Amino acid sequence: MNGSMKQEILFKMKSPYRDDFKIQGFRFGEGEKSVAIVGAMRGDEIQQQFTCSQVVKNLIELEKEGLILPGHEILVIPSANHFSMNINKRFWAMDNTDINRMFPGYDKGETTQRIAAALFEEVCGFKYGIQLASFYLPGEFIPHVRMMDTGFQNVKLAKKFGLPYVLIRKPRPYDTAVLNYNWQIFDTQAFSIYSGDTNTINKESAKVAWLSILRFLNSMKIIKKNIHDGFNSFVLSDVDLETVKSNQAGILYSMNSARDEVKKGDLLAKILDPFTGIVRSEIYSPVEGTIFFSHNHPLIHQNTVMYRIVKF
Amino acid sequence: MIKTIISEGLPVDEQLLIRKKVIQNGNSPKRICIVTGTHGDELEGQYVCFELIRRLNEDIRFLDGTVEVYPALNPLGVDSVTRGIPTFDLDMNRIFPGDPNGHLIEHTAFEIIQDLRGADMVIDIHASNIFLREMPQARINVQMSKKLIPYANLLNIDFIWIHDAATVLKSTLAHSLNVIKTPTIVVEMGIGMRMSRDYGNRLVDGIFNMMKKKKMWTGTISKDICKPILSTTGEVCYMNADASGIIIPSVSHSVDVKKGDLLCQIVDPFEGLVLQNVLSPVDGVVFTLRTYPVVYEGSLIARIFSKNTQIDNGENQ
Ligand SMILES: [Zn+2]
Repeated sequence: MNGSMKQEILFKMKSPYRDDFKIQGFRFGEGEKSVAIVGAMRGDEIQQQFTCSQVVKNLIELEKEGLILPGHEILVIPSANHFSMNINKRFWAMDNTDINRMFPGYDKGETTQRIAAALFEEVCGFKYGIQLASFYLPGEFIPHVRMMDTGFQNVKLAKKFGLPYVLIRKPRPYDTAVLNYNWQIFDTQAFSIYSGDTNTINKESAKVAWLSILRFLNSMKIIKKNIHDGFNSFVLSDVDLETVKSNQAGILYSMNSARDEVKKGDLLAKILDPFTGIVRSEIYSPVEGTIFFSHNHPLIHQNTVMYRIVKF
Repeated sequence: MIKTIISEGLPVDEQLLIRKKVIQNGNSPKRICIVTGTHGDELEGQYVCFELIRRLNEDIRFLDGTVEVYPALNPLGVDSVTRGIPTFDLDMNRIFPGDPNGHLIEHTAFEIIQDLRGADMVIDIHASNIFLREMPQARINVQMSKKLIPYANLLNIDFIWIHDAATVLKSTLAHSLNVIKTPTIVVEMGIGMRMSRDYGNRLVDGIFNMMKKKKMWTGTISKDICKPILSTTGEVCYMNADASGIIIPSVSHSVDVKKGDLLCQIVDPFEGLVLQNVLSPVDGVVFTLRTYPVVYEGSLIARIFSKNTQIDNGENQ
């Protein structure tokens, strides 16, 4: 019989005027540190937190039925930044710093460095690390697993999530301070799951994300729960994505969004004059493929990325 | 002449404009660039831009070369009291060197780098943030220190802080320029949302002093140029809050303190209790001091530079 789920306060800090700030963890099973799952680190990562909550809910069920396999410890941290989420801020409530630019953290440093350090200490040393991530620019993605090309990444494992795509990305200068990168440097196989939405809950895409996590856990023999096979993930890198940029600014009238399949020459969107409604520009697909990313704000700047399309 | 280096459409009837003032005289191909306003809440650089251009206009005949002044790399931020880039909620100094095929802001960052590339010197002026006051100082990556310290020494600042390779952020403007061999010095001074004429005048004197050494300026320069302390001659000691509360300062900025001196108290306004007496662990000079009263555990309170003494953090309670 497995021990039952333990809800723990992993980090606690007094605030000057607000309630105490806490990071809560949900620990399942005992044994090898198998997988750590991290949800919202930014206040707008509501979808990410919701997805995590559904993973917790499923794991509680599975544990009751004895379906978390012996010898595995699973730690889920749905939120590391509700102080921002509760007041509709994206970054740390006090100084607007981004916890996901502070890893591996520093326990004697600034507040968010301390939060990152406490979080990293808890999630470090696990065999697998899963972060429910959001992109730093606004837009909608096709659900995918993202890995950084650090030389330590294992693409085969990423395909076990059964999401449509696995994106391998070259690290950028800021990446060295994000959780995913530091996990990999410290020998955890790290995966970032992008389910598509932020600042809202899209139950459909959230479900795709939490099922993919359960699928992965099943596949790694950490839990026993059969889930349909999912996709045979297509592995791509930045060069496989065709970028479509806006040649005008204005109101965006978009005909297509992430997941749509398009043919070369298809009309993707119109950019309208914000005063007269006259069409300033029609945006056509330069290739045949699937829309991987789409700008989803009704206003569009000039010369910015509207779509990224996976070429067939 | 004012040159527009970026003009991109915003959604409704406005262009995102990034502009520079170009002042040129004589035949020298030398070019220095003064950039600021990356962080929209940092304004100390605005006075420097104004005063530098004013003095150059007055005595343009003594200039031999080109001075380019970029008052606002993040114009939307400066105009809306926003530290980051409005609508993206991103720190502009974390997206360099940018990406020509990326999002508007990444593309903008890329273009800024292209515009500054090849300058003989870039001075990137910052003003801390709204929480901390900084003594006029240069921040230099250790890998660039040999090349940059001689110039930082000319800038009429108080302190040169050499940063370890491990603590250098690679996504900053300065780092991105230095790696493409465009020498760039970051100057931090003052505090966010304020402007101090005194600091501004000092740096302008320093810039003219540097131009003189670079043989770009034949006019007069200030006679009392301050020689900065180099951080490698001692140690930088960080003081972070151990408790969350309100700070009541006991020392003022830029002063010398002795080991054991009370820097400030962190107090609890509900209970009327002192939560922490923050004592200096060293003899030294307070070059960074928090002025914003509300602190969380971890909030930076002060940085003290001490000359060649051992730091003993154990005594701080
Ligand atoms: Zn700054």
